[in-house]
Amino acid sequence: MNPEALNLLELKDVTKSYGSAKAVDACSLSFRAGEVHALLGANGAGKSTLVRMVAGLTAMSKGAMAFCGEDYAPTGKRDAEAVGIEIVQQELNLIPTLSVAENLFLADLPATAGVIRRGVLRQRARAALDRVGRSGISPEAEVDTLGVGQQQMVEIAAALNRKCRLLILDEPTAALSSAESETLFDRLRGLRSDGVGIIYISHRLDEVAMLADSISVLRDGCCVGTFAAADCSTDRMIELMSGQAVHRHAEHASFVDQRSEVLRVEGLTGGLVKDVSFQLHRGEKLGIAGLVGSGRSELLRLVFGADVATAGGVCLGEGDALQCFRHPSEAVAAGIAMVTENRKENGLLLPASVQTNTTLVSMWQRFASFGMVRSQAEADAARSQCDALNVRCETLQQRIATLSGGNQQKIVLAKWLVHDADIFLLDEPTRGIDVAARQRIYQLVDALAADGKSIVMVSSDLDELLDVCDRIAVMSNGRLVETFKRESWSYEGIMQAAFSGYRRGRAG
Amino acid sequence: MTRRQVMKLGWDYGVLLLVLAGMVAVFSFRSENFFQQSTFVSIANQIPDLTFIAVGMTLVLLVGGIDLSVGSVLALSSAVLGTLMVDHEWSLWSAIPLCLLAGVICGLFNGVVSIGLRIPSFIVTLGMLEMARGATKVVTDSQTRYIGSAVEAIGEPIPVLLLSPAFLFSLVVVGLGQFLLTRTVFGRYCIAIGTNEEAVRMSGIRTEPYSIAVFAISGLMCGFAGLSQASRLSSADPNAAIGIELSAIAACVIGGTSLMGGRANVVSTFIGVLIIAVLQTGLAQLGVSDANKQIITGAVIVVAVLLDACRGRLGSNRV
Repeated sequence: MNPEALNLLELKDVTKSYGSAKAVDACSLSFRAGEVHALLGANGAGKSTLVRMVAGLTAMSKGAMAFCGEDYAPTGKRDAEAVGIEIVQQELNLIPTLSVAENLFLADLPATAGVIRRGVLRQRARAALDRVGRSGISPEAEVDTLGVGQQQMVEIAAALNRKCRLLILDEPTAALSSAESETLFDRLRGLRSDGVGIIYISHRLDEVAMLADSISVLRDGCCVGTFAAADCSTDRMIELMSGQAVHRHAEHASFVDQRSEVLRVEGLTGGLVKDVSFQLHRGEKLGIAGLVGSGRSELLRLVFGADVATAGGVCLGEGDALQCFRHPSEAVAAGIAMVTENRKENGLLLPASVQTNTTLVSMWQRFASFGMVRSQAEADAARSQCDALNVRCETLQQRIATLSGGNQQKIVLAKWLVHDADIFLLDEPTRGIDVAARQRIYQLVDALAADGKSIVMVSSDLDELLDVCDRIAVMSNGRLVETFKRESWSYEGIMQAAFSGYRRGRAG
Repeated sequence: MTRRQVMKLGWDYGVLLLVLAGMVAVFSFRSENFFQQSTFVSIANQIPDLTFIAVGMTLVLLVGGIDLSVGSVLALSSAVLGTLMVDHEWSLWSAIPLCLLAGVICGLFNGVVSIGLRIPSFIVTLGMLEMARGATKVVTDSQTRYIGSAVEAIGEPIPVLLLSPAFLFSLVVVGLGQFLLTRTVFGRYCIAIGTNEEAVRMSGIRTEPYSIAVFAISGLMCGFAGLSQASRLSSADPNAAIGIELSAIAACVIGGTSLMGGRANVVSTFIGVLIIAVLQTGLAQLGVSDANKQIITGAVIVVAVLLDACRGRLGSNRV
């Protein structure tokens, strides 16, 4: 038999660029019918972007795809569904106030003259749920009342219900219990023997080893290669994802004062985060690495009081009692600053001016007399911050929404510099900004450390942490699993630690 | 003033002032009696109630809330004033503080319940609309209190100047409101809260005190409006000011206030009040029936908002 005939989907030099950055760089891959094909890679390696292009959710910049030997260039999700490509993403796309049955058939509700035929709908939903082995879910239940795992199964049932030849699953088991995962795997094996192709993305390498027939590894948007799963141990997978240490690290300056501890976190627990403890010293730059969803941002939010911890707490300075901030204002009063992960969502007032955003935190402390705004002092402070950080803006009254991402991020930092904090929590401080702005932010972090400030920096870009930080703590599955010192760290060691919480036996 | 500042003023208020001038012009041509001093004096002396309420409403809308209870709270404040002065023979000056206090207490209740307990202010103030109206009827025994000349001085035109103290004071309140909004830290944080409350919280600022204070201010404004209305009518009417919340919201919206919060201007709101008042008076002078008056008023509100939306779309291209 001609093996070519079995190729379900063929990617040729598929590229996705955002400006000058390439999220996916000339990937050529083929996916076969009747096989589970795992895509592996570190954060930002381009896995999700790649499958989103296949599913028609993101447009290709360059390259070509062929589905069943015919040219395939989807312009939307509909094009993908028309040929039988279905995707189940990490984020759920269900409408919480509608029933399971209504969600399953939202695009195609059985109706007579606009009135829903409830009996037919229920029957079809029942059948669709049985197909994924979830007879436990009632078709009438409102989606809101289901657990996340059950909701995930509803999504999968919806995808399988349509005529499906290639099924893409992006982290399907992140929210599932192990019993639920087992049911899903059984179902996937069934689909495989029916000749459906499956693309499977997961952090859980043991699952991949158990389920996948072949494995493709992505690194920095490039395809490292495709391997038979049987030849690939989980350690080998991590090795492939990490690659050779080709990255040349910038010159590193350390300003740590080991004798003076400025922050001690003890047993901090809440939401995703389980029992995290670490210390931070004066002048130290502590990196927090981990996979997306491992609880890094949540940890910072707990320290900052943006979410309230259910156990444990923080301790500022030696001899202080353990405390737990219940509101960010308490953390700010204690000298902590936080740059949030998403500057547009909760870091900036987008319709407001550069000046207003810069001075927001410290209006009462620095820019008020008898409750009135001292606009001159405000303008002076904003002007000097903009000059110091090379913020490119026409006037200080310019709306911040009109600035580039890098300049916006500088203002987010500036508002805390104006306030003068001692501890800076930076969550993805360089996400989505250009190289020059990135360099400026690294310089700033160093300048802060030299000035005796302490920094905790979360980043999905491990190279960045290796460049900047004195120590790197690794989160995995909600726990802080290991802390590496500069002398003893390696890219691969950190990756091993980042995956460790998702391995069987050690998972929480 | 620099050229830039003049242009900004023209941009901010130009459209509204044009609408106002256009309406005055139309009424002046259609009705012989309109373009007269007496017309404008009578408009000026009628609008303080709505002006006070609309200033409070502007601040509430700014922080992303709404206050539907203003009409009832106005009635309650004026009922407190009337009952104290008529039944208990208090002097005007000793009754005024309690009249204002009644408004502030209602406003504080709205603020504490909606902000503190995180219940939408639409619902809390809808409840207050009923409660305060009921309380008004309890206080007055559902009878209008005729206060008489003791209270009239506030609403009567001052000789020569022809304007009433209530109107002059409402101008002062508009000025203070605009000052609060644009020049104080309080105003700055209110704008910030209306724009993105989570971003303000993540900047380490407690937002609740500001939002609650805004509702209290709205209550205080109801107190002033109650006083001004009692003086104009020489009495406290338990059925006063029903539906004034809608006129106040209309004035705010005509003035470009965003119902989503974060954007408001007290002076623009005041021009909105003037537009509504001129329209009402002009249509009445032309002898337009009540039914047609309602249709035209509604249409003007929609057109004003449309014009503002066009201005906003143009403005978004400006730096």
